[in-house]
Amino acid sequence: MEWEIVIGLEVHTQLSTNSKIFSGASTTYGAEPNTQADAVSIALPGVLPVLNKGAVERAIKFGLAVGAHIAPRSVFARKNYFYPDLPKGYQISQFDLPVVGQGALTIQVEPLSGSGKPTSTSSGQAYEKVVRITRAHLEEDAGKSIHGITHIVTEDGNRITTENGDYLITEDSFPRENVSGIDLNRAGTPLLEIVSEPDMRSAVEAVAYAKTLHSLVRWIGICDGNMQEGSFRCDANVSVRRPGEPLGTRREIKNLNSFKFMQQAIDYEVQWQIDTLENGGKIHQATVLFDSDKCETRMMRSKEEAHDYRYFPDPDLLPLDITPAMLEQVRATLPESQQAKQMRYVKLGISGEDANILTASREMAEFFDATLASLLKKGVGTLITPETPSAEIYAARLSNWLIGEVSAQLNRDGLDMAQCPITPQQLGGILKRIADGTISNAGAKEVFRTTWVEQRNFDVQFTDVSAAFSVERVDAIIEAKGLKQVSDSGAIEKIVDEIIAANPAQVADYRSGKDKVFGFFVGLAMKASKGKANPAQLNDVLKKKLAG
Amino acid sequence: MLNSSLQQLGSALRARKISSVELTQLYLDRITALNPALNAYVTTNTETSLAQSRAADVLLASGNAKPLTGIPIAQKDIFCAKGWRTTCGSKMLANFVAPYDAHVIEQFNNAGAVNLGKTNMDEFAMGSSNETSYFGVVKNPWDQNAVPGGSSGGAACAVAARLCAAATGTDTGGSIRQPAALCGISGIKPTYGTVSRYGMIAFASSLDQAGPMARSAEDLALLLNVMTGFDPRDSTSLQRDKEDYVRDLNKPLVGLRIGLPKEFFAVGLAQDVAGCVNAAIAEYKKLGATIVDISLPNSKLAVPVYYVLAPAEASSNLSRYDGVRYGYRAPEYSDLTEMYEKSRAQGFGEEVKRRIMIGTYVLSHGYYDAYYLQAQKIRRLIAQDFADAFKQCDVIMGPTSPSTAFNLGEKCDDPVQMYLSDIYTIAVNLAGLPGMSIPAGFGSNARPVGLQIIGNYFAEAQMLNVAYQYQQATDSHNRAPQNIGL
Repeated sequence: MEWEIVIGLEVHTQLSTNSKIFSGASTTYGAEPNTQADAVSIALPGVLPVLNKGAVERAIKFGLAVGAHIAPRSVFARKNYFYPDLPKGYQISQFDLPVVGQGALTIQVEPLSGSGKPTSTSSGQAYEKVVRITRAHLEEDAGKSIHGITHIVTEDGNRITTENGDYLITEDSFPRENVSGIDLNRAGTPLLEIVSEPDMRSAVEAVAYAKTLHSLVRWIGICDGNMQEGSFRCDANVSVRRPGEPLGTRREIKNLNSFKFMQQAIDYEVQWQIDTLENGGKIHQATVLFDSDKCETRMMRSKEEAHDYRYFPDPDLLPLDITPAMLEQVRATLPESQQAKQMRYVKLGISGEDANILTASREMAEFFDATLASLLKKGVGTLITPETPSAEIYAARLSNWLIGEVSAQLNRDGLDMAQCPITPQQLGGILKRIADGTISNAGAKEVFRTTWVEQRNFDVQFTDVSAAFSVERVDAIIEAKGLKQVSDSGAIEKIVDEIIAANPAQVADYRSGKDKVFGFFVGLAMKASKGKANPAQLNDVLKKKLAG
Repeated sequence: MLNSSLQQLGSALRARKISSVELTQLYLDRITALNPALNAYVTTNTETSLAQSRAADVLLASGNAKPLTGIPIAQKDIFCAKGWRTTCGSKMLANFVAPYDAHVIEQFNNAGAVNLGKTNMDEFAMGSSNETSYFGVVKNPWDQNAVPGGSSGGAACAVAARLCAAATGTDTGGSIRQPAALCGISGIKPTYGTVSRYGMIAFASSLDQAGPMARSAEDLALLLNVMTGFDPRDSTSLQRDKEDYVRDLNKPLVGLRIGLPKEFFAVGLAQDVAGCVNAAIAEYKKLGATIVDISLPNSKLAVPVYYVLAPAEASSNLSRYDGVRYGYRAPEYSDLTEMYEKSRAQGFGEEVKRRIMIGTYVLSHGYYDAYYLQAQKIRRLIAQDFADAFKQCDVIMGPTSPSTAFNLGEKCDDPVQMYLSDIYTIAVNLAGLPGMSIPAGFGSNARPVGLQIIGNYFAEAQMLNVAYQYQQATDSHNRAPQNIGL
């Protein structure tokens, strides 16, 4: 008999604020242990939380992006439990009144190639699916416990230095070997926990949802999405049932920090649950961890061992009130959505596939928009539509350049779009010069490469930064490199006349109907003009003169 | 000098009749002489205090002094003060040196006041007799067999025994007013949110409020001018314009409507206390006030509601004392859980542990609705009672505490009896209203009686006016205990 798989995801996204959610301490990743732990992070006696407005704005942004209800009043609650990396003995979170209510996310589910797992999609066809979002709430992250370190005996005032960095005050004697250290740099980092309904029916759908969410939070600029650094962490609630029956008992797989592990963990867990049930066993609610080395899930704690978190409203924080004005303010900062951009690009005559590539990152898409706006002499931030004159001609060429030359160059230099040395104005200038016949495609590529190199080293070459970034610089390079095409008809005619005079046999061949010889003349003329002859003009002159 | 008002002290300092160093030294000498018996101070730091007073003298000499510049103030040991041991009356923090200043400390520093030392208190402000302090009981200077009240017992004792010019306290359920009453001094707990809680070690965050303790309403007004003001570091701090609490002191009281809640004069109130309070009310009538009989029907529920909500918040607020980062850690343990258990079992006293247990219980799954939520509902009813009452009267008066100071050890074994000593003060905290206590004579055992004045939200200036006019007409606030070396 068949089994139906039911999956819901809880995703912790780290919000990209500079400071922590309840204090001014920095959130920069990778600093020396405890150097970003201020009085609030350490939970010294008497300290109080003050809410970071930036975290709230990012939560609202997410809510608007998934069409969710934004609570006009939400409440911060304390989740009480003891753990050494939880300095206050409670986590400030939101419980029964979260800031973001019900929303939805549309996902594209691609068939999984070459897998016979029961979790893969059966049809093998790509399809679209709407996953409901239950809620999203703001909360603070905990610190990190680091096990198996040695505390060395150097003491400096109240701080104790260890081989792993600077640790905190204790009354114990030192040295001590193989002990646990606590790094509170991460404590208090803002998180938005996004909870989905149990709407996914396969690991593939779960991964598709997670990927779409990952792309969305980066697209709207609320999370850097760095999974290695823990900026995007997923917990998967997994259960199986016979179709039509009530939901089975779920087990929660904690801390899945890559899409590959998510797929593997769910695949394993589903198979384990099915095997257990088919062998007459029962599933008990539990929290499990995925061991990526052994590729299996392992029991972390059972329901009986679950904490009673004793949630209650945090009396140190007022309810979070979001006014309609605040909502509109945030709405104004929302970028055009990925889907809307794709549709607009397709309307500009770009293929669906290319539109996908151009909108893979917001940086690429915004570069495209900025370049197109500059080409069409529209203000910065103008979104170009097919109604704009010449839009389609430029859009297609620009798309080719971005997907071709620009991407290739970025790849070669190991850069991402955000680090692209060339400006939209400069790329626009190059395309403009192709369009007005000033330079050939080959010449354009040379200008592009020269501009690229100059821009990467601009601080060395230019004292005036604005000169380095200007369109004028494109023209200067064309001039300096002598790449300007010969469009003077007298000069082209002179070259053509000389070639015809020097090659009577080929002229005769052409006139007797051997059209292929035409290319021979083009090659000679180009060579004679050192590649600078305007190809279109050259063609016209050649045809006319060869015709006799 | 020891009986001078803050106004007089400030004038003497500014006129260079006495230096801040001399004044500070005078108090430090008195502390050395009297503190061994009274135990009002937990920590003094002669060098730090004198350094502050020297700096104050420079300001005074330059003519840039403010009203409190150079005046020695005792700080309750609940306020973090940079470089000062800050214990909150607990073994848990017996060796904790605060690395930063609380808002209140900052405000006094900015005013040029001198920090004379940290006063004794019930552990984590949980107590009504100062007997739960890890640092030992405080004696009532009027009678050393009696408790000074709590939790700001050290502060009240220090003010009454002239071991400081004035002091700070905090009040979660009566911790300023009740010890003020029992030690025969004046104290005011302002409207919740008026004084920032930043750096004030939390007991029950939604109830805790700092305030001044002094020998007169006039002094309280000057102190409140320094302590209040918006502080963005406390999210519950109220954004209001700075007030001058001295401005209304001299207003006549003609036409003042005083509400007397019948519940405050019912069974349980000692006769001698009732007598003093009634005499004070009679005095107010002479000053032109009229009396309105009112009722606060839900006030009888204040104590049980308080002993659900305050422990609930405390159980969470005190979770940070886990022996991990600072504070007491048990010397021996075999694993993490045992480290927590032993550190907290050894580091906290009995009353604190009792309240942590109560709080944990009422927040637990299955009990939360019946206790915590229910208590929150009644809390709103209690606040509504006051709102209704203030439609009929300007201020509410009654006893601060049902009896005069009880004997040391008398209620130690009966927590409920102890809790009932705050029966008239707790409702004020639950409603977030301002409340104060001023001396109103002496009971049959010659121990002080306090008159409680409760005002509407932000009515501190009016309450101080009401208290000041009484103190202009009477003299019990000027009386000093015997045997304090005057």
